[in-house]
Amino acid sequence: MSKLIVSLSPHVHSGDSVQKNMYGVCIALVPALIASLWFFGIGAAIVLATSVISCVFFEWAIAKFLLRLPNCTVCDGSAVLTGLLLGFNLPSNLPVWIIIIGALVAIGIGKMTYGGLGCNPFNPALVGRVFLLISFPVQMTSWPVPGQLTAMGADVVTAATPLALLASGHLDELPEATDLLFGNVGGSLGEVSALCLLLGCAFMIWRKIITWHIPVSIIATVAVLSGILYAADPTTYVSPLVQVLSGGLILGACFMATDYVSSPMTHKGQLIYGVCIGFLTVLIRLWGAYPEGMSFAILIMNAFTPLINTYCKPKRFGEVAKKGGKK
Amino acid sequence: MNGILIAVIVLGAIGLISAVVLFAASKKFAVHEDPRIGQVAEVLPQANCGGCGYPGCAGFAGACVKAADGGSLDDLNCAPGGKEVMEKVAGILGLQASAVAPKVAVVRCNGTCDARPHGVEYDGTHRCRIQNMTGMGETQCLYGCLGEGDCESVCLFGAIKVNPETRIAEVDESKCTGCGACQKACPRNIIELRPQGPKGRKVVVLCNNKDKGALATKECKNSCIGCGKCVKVCDKFEAITLGTNLAHIDPDKCKLCRKCEEACPRGAIHAFNFPPRKPKAETAPTPVAQQPAPKAADSVSQQQVAEQ
Amino acid sequence: MKTFKLGGVHPAENKLSAGSPIREANLPKQAIFSMFQHIGAPAKPVVKKGDVVKVGTLLGEAGGFVSAPIYSSVSGKVTKVDVALDASDTRRMAVYVDVEGDEWEESIDRSTTLEKLSAHPELDSKTIIEKIKTAGIVGMGGATFPCHVKLCPPPGCKAECVIINAVECEPYLTADHRLMLEHADEILEGVECIMKAVDVTRGYIGIENNKPDAIALMTEKAKNHPNIEVVPLKVKYPQGGEKQLIDAVIGREVPAPPAIPINVGAVVQNVGTAFAIYQAVMKNKPLIDRVITVTGKSVKNPSNLLARLGTPFQQLIDECGGLPEDTGKIIGGGPMMGKALLSLEVPMTKGSSGLLIMNEKDARRATPDPCIRCGKCVNVCPMGLEPYLLATVSSQHDWETSENNDIVSCIECGSCQFTCPSHRPLLDNIRLGKSTVMGIIRARNAK
Repeated sequence: MSKLIVSLSPHVHSGDSVQKNMYGVCIALVPALIASLWFFGIGAAIVLATSVISCVFFEWAIAKFLLRLPNCTVCDGSAVLTGLLLGFNLPSNLPVWIIIIGALVAIGIGKMTYGGLGCNPFNPALVGRVFLLISFPVQMTSWPVPGQLTAMGADVVTAATPLALLASGHLDELPEATDLLFGNVGGSLGEVSALCLLLGCAFMIWRKIITWHIPVSIIATVAVLSGILYAADPTTYVSPLVQVLSGGLILGACFMATDYVSSPMTHKGQLIYGVCIGFLTVLIRLWGAYPEGMSFAILIMNAFTPLINTYCKPKRFGEVAKKGGKK
Repeated sequence: MNGILIAVIVLGAIGLISAVVLFAASKKFAVHEDPRIGQVAEVLPQANCGGCGYPGCAGFAGACVKAADGGSLDDLNCAPGGKEVMEKVAGILGLQASAVAPKVAVVRCNGTCDARPHGVEYDGTHRCRIQNMTGMGETQCLYGCLGEGDCESVCLFGAIKVNPETRIAEVDESKCTGCGACQKACPRNIIELRPQGPKGRKVVVLCNNKDKGALATKECKNSCIGCGKCVKVCDKFEAITLGTNLAHIDPDKCKLCRKCEEACPRGAIHAFNFPPRKPKAETAPTPVAQQPAPKAADSVSQQQVAEQ
Repeated sequence: MKTFKLGGVHPAENKLSAGSPIREANLPKQAIFSMFQHIGAPAKPVVKKGDVVKVGTLLGEAGGFVSAPIYSSVSGKVTKVDVALDASDTRRMAVYVDVEGDEWEESIDRSTTLEKLSAHPELDSKTIIEKIKTAGIVGMGGATFPCHVKLCPPPGCKAECVIINAVECEPYLTADHRLMLEHADEILEGVECIMKAVDVTRGYIGIENNKPDAIALMTEKAKNHPNIEVVPLKVKYPQGGEKQLIDAVIGREVPAPPAIPINVGAVVQNVGTAFAIYQAVMKNKPLIDRVITVTGKSVKNPSNLLARLGTPFQQLIDECGGLPEDTGKIIGGGPMMGKALLSLEVPMTKGSSGLLIMNEKDARRATPDPCIRCGKCVNVCPMGLEPYLLATVSSQHDWETSENNDIVSCIECGSCQFTCPSHRPLLDNIRLGKSTVMGIIRARNAK
């Protein structure tokens, strides 16, 4: 028998780990991954592979050569997840070199500058995406039409997304809600099939990786807000169903806004955060310069997360009883 | 051309307005501060060690000025700055600096890994204060150094380090300023601030074990067992007192004769910074001093080798 | 089904010894009686070397109001009064007794016949509390708070109900479970005693529904006690925490410290305590033995032993098949809140509810990763605190922020650290902060 071990309690652990959570999210993305491969073919595979590999590479290289961290954090799966999410936010015909730049910005500036895992105030994948969106607006907004399994590079016929149509006022050309649900529309990889994303989200809630608070509050806010506008003037505004199912809303609500590091800790805080994201998204979509407001809304609210954490304390045990006692 | 002009004018105007606002604000919200506080703070070491008992050097400077208005600087001392800085401070405030003997930290534990085996393994957060909450910790001694380095992490001068071999904190006297931060950080109250002594010489009981003799012997080979032999040899100066099974040497009364070091049967008393013993120590009868004897012999033989 | 509202976790139950009936442990050769078997002032030894003692002889008298006397659980000779390693992992004052034979004090009624409280109208509230106090009974769930103190409400407070904690939410432990199955009648009489002592007419016994046999038996037996209700509870750790149990059973929340359960009218006692109270009041037997679960995945024969206090743990583990080869950690109590012991020489005390042997693989903590701010610790905290924040500010010695974020409300249940996916030592740091902040508060109040 070797030496006895002493430590303070508790002496057991649930067995949960960072890896399990990160890879759990990756598994939840699988249905959407399959859908994107189905609709966009080999282009989607190239984008995703490039994005994941370069994210992992940059994380490893920065941790090892720039920060000289003693422990390798590549294996925890957070870089893979960032890569996947970044890939899902890009059009399938994006040139490889742009994707690599995006990955460098996402990991290098979005994550490692702040000190690596757990320290970044903003969602790294969104930092990468927004950087690309602003730097390469043309490439980032010409989406190939789905269904062209063999299409590659310049031969691709590009089309406007539902949101672009919305922004330019072509309401009559909007696709049906069912098409949006199953993914038969133009857009970024992960924006196409709302159903697959919702499936992944359900998986994450079932595995207790995330709670329902953020996705539900975002989607509900967007639905209610656009519902009110639609009821007021159906000719100018689209139905809430189209608003919710189009663009990156579901992807953002289920996978980007729920990022542990950059979202609030308490349920109350998460609801406030979700409602604000929904509100900002609708504002940007309808009156902003960009057709899609989700990424900006999440990044803006990421900045408010510390503030929400400071002011949204959980209900302490016995707090209500105390007030009742005073009466 | 017109566009550029407008831009220049607009930006210039904004700059001008901002400057006026800032100027007004700096005048309006200016906080009056005794100018001497700034002057005193300037001569302080700016280590913000807190050894003086005030929050940082600025706090100490404020306290100095306040005390100077009261007429004396007696209770105030900047340990890292020492006499030199206190004289400067006194000069600024037009007072005399009181003489405070410079102090250094002494780790009163000599329970090395050989002397005090680590029988169990601590597998929690590696901080002394947390390990201390488990009870005895890794060794059998409830009073000795835990070796997790709480003192090391609070020392601003890099003067105290845990030796990975002995797993005991060691003080580098050339860097120690005697600020007392480590003393406050130690959960077992092992660290003592003692006067530096002439040429850094001092004689200290390097043990904090308050258990009875038999138990203390079992716990650690180098422990003080409270036998009182050192008290007897020091009858002339009465510098050594016996607490709860533990001897303590009063630095003010100690005449550095080192008799107690010879008398200690446990090798718990240590003399710091003395030159190596003269050869006569070898022949001097050291009662029951089995442990110090080989040590003395070693140093002597080394010295002889060096001389040859 | 009822449970407490905030947080909670579900550790693997591992109730290995649930099926093994309580058996009596052998007498030790030497028994060591620590004078620190309860919270509060230590007992003062009243025997000296060479004294001959019997089972039930007073060894140490209570050192104050919040204290309890200590009785010998064996007969024999006092060999020394000296320090001994005890379950706190430090050396403290204790009485050593070398065992000779098994002679009992005559005042103790050793018969097994059931004595009913209703048959003894002479036992009024005052007498019962006095008997409990004299018998040296303390909270036997592990907190070891002297029992009579809880039964004497501070002025201005009135108890409304008695809640018996039969939850046993700690994994592995089964002592209370077996006690209920084998001594249901005695326990119910004990509850009647407590209810009479604090003068209330409502008694609840909270049992988690992972013990359906105990719930069924207690409900059946409680039919003869119309004032006592058995409340089945949904399994969730830390339901055995006093405040959580009150919330679960009667839906009242005890306010933040310094408020105590009596402020919401509840008196909570462990089921083992109820049994000890029955023995003290009806049989004049001081607290000299208790049921302890000796268990562990590698232990050959996980059992529930009725052992005399003062028995070294070494002997208990020997009776259950010896110490396994792969032992990594010895825990006094359960795995969530128990204390890792330094050695098996440690004697059993009034609060020893379990002896858990963990193998080396399970015992070692994983290396901590950076906090990913997932908020799981906040969601599981049964006190509604923010463990991630408290641990961080405590490790930075920011006592003020710790205090402002209610660090003293922490019940040290360990749910946060149990659930943390990054394996962060949250509770280590929170404990540090809590003890420091409590010291600061005490110093401030003393001024």
